[in-house]
Amino acid sequence: MSTIKLTVNGKAVSADVEDRTLLVHLLRENLNLTGTHVGCDTSQCGACVVHIDGRAVKSCTVLAGQAAGSNVTTIEGISKGDELHPMQLAFRDNHGLQCGYCTPGMIMSSIDIVHRHGGKLDEETVRQELEGNICRCTGYHNIVKAVLDAAGRMKVSQAAE
Amino acid sequence: MYETIYHRPSSVDEAVALFGKGSDSKYLAGGHTLIPVMKQRLAAPSDVIDLGKIKELIGIEASGDTLTIKAATTYFDIMQSADVKKSIPAIAYLTSVLGDPAVRYRGTIGGSIANNDPAADFPAALVSLGATVKTNKRSITADDFFKGLFTTALEDGEIITQVSFPVPAKAGYEKMRHPASRFALTGVFVTKTKAGDVRVAATGASQNGVMRVPVIETALKANWSAAALDSVKVSDSGMLADIHGSAAYRANLVKVMAQRAVTAAG
Repeated sequence: MSTIKLTVNGKAVSADVEDRTLLVHLLRENLNLTGTHVGCDTSQCGACVVHIDGRAVKSCTVLAGQAAGSNVTTIEGISKGDELHPMQLAFRDNHGLQCGYCTPGMIMSSIDIVHRHGGKLDEETVRQELEGNICRCTGYHNIVKAVLDAAGRMKVSQAAE
Repeated sequence: MYETIYHRPSSVDEAVALFGKGSDSKYLAGGHTLIPVMKQRLAAPSDVIDLGKIKELIGIEASGDTLTIKAATTYFDIMQSADVKKSIPAIAYLTSVLGDPAVRYRGTIGGSIANNDPAADFPAALVSLGATVKTNKRSITADDFFKGLFTTALEDGEIITQVSFPVPAKAGYEKMRHPASRFALTGVFVTKTKAGDVRVAATGASQNGVMRVPVIETALKANWSAAALDSVKVSDSGMLADIHGSAAYRANLVKVMAQRAVTAAG
């Protein structure tokens, strides 16, 4: 057992967990942040994507100990109270989800994509960069539309800040 | 995953000492091979020694004719590096088609070559470019480093600290990506050195892991062009054959990927 201290969604937290604990299980089972999902559990599907120090990674393939001392952001940490993040709004407005299982990971990966590419984002880039996130419902069309829509909104909201 | 003890040393010396204390220690770099294998219970190390936060193992340096990438540098940081793009752009390209963005944030060059997966990308780059692997004990040429499937010249407890690449005159990499795993079904790295030598290495092809391809090297040395390989036939003897492709298919892919790589290298 080890005591893991890290910052999750802006709050300092600590948990006593076995060393073999994966970050996704620390988040879901110790911190009750169940928005981050376990899909394939083999680093393929991306349902478990969270940000560690601003980088979108698969939390099913990171030991909790590796994240100690880091800043972790989950799907629960991106809205401002009741005000949804522009990426969440864009997924809703563009019907970028059906069952919703992959959506938290999609949104966390998509925010990272927009951060890296900014206004230079085009459809081909979004499709390439989302290859680590699998959706079995939508056929991706509306997800890609949502990301491109959000890229515009995030630019506007950044400019407004 | 079976129980294990996680350690996060802050120096190479500390990592080596911790490794020696465990009954069955394993080093952890990006974790994108070791953790999945531990989850499948195919590996059950008593101790996991995390190299990912050791500062002396992270960074990229370009000086004159050499590009040096330290072992725990992630694919993403290699892909983004201005030094890599300028000195050996084929390496930046290789990392851009390796895994997916989330994997590129975690995976490291040292982890890739220490694991020596027969379909990994970096072994082909090291062998083709004639790189040198430096460890905490010695320097090993790429030709001597890779010893077959998942096997390297590393001794128990030895840590790769950096890889040095001689900057070539020309280099290119192309691979046929497996659409699900993103590993190379077959990938080929071609290099023309500043001295005029040609070195070609294929991954995902041979049953023994990364391999040189002399028949292609000879043809390209005479004429550095994709057309020079039109009449070349790569033998399928010793090639991997599985559900994804036969030995003959992979032998043909070696040639086709080499042609594309030469075109990309210019």
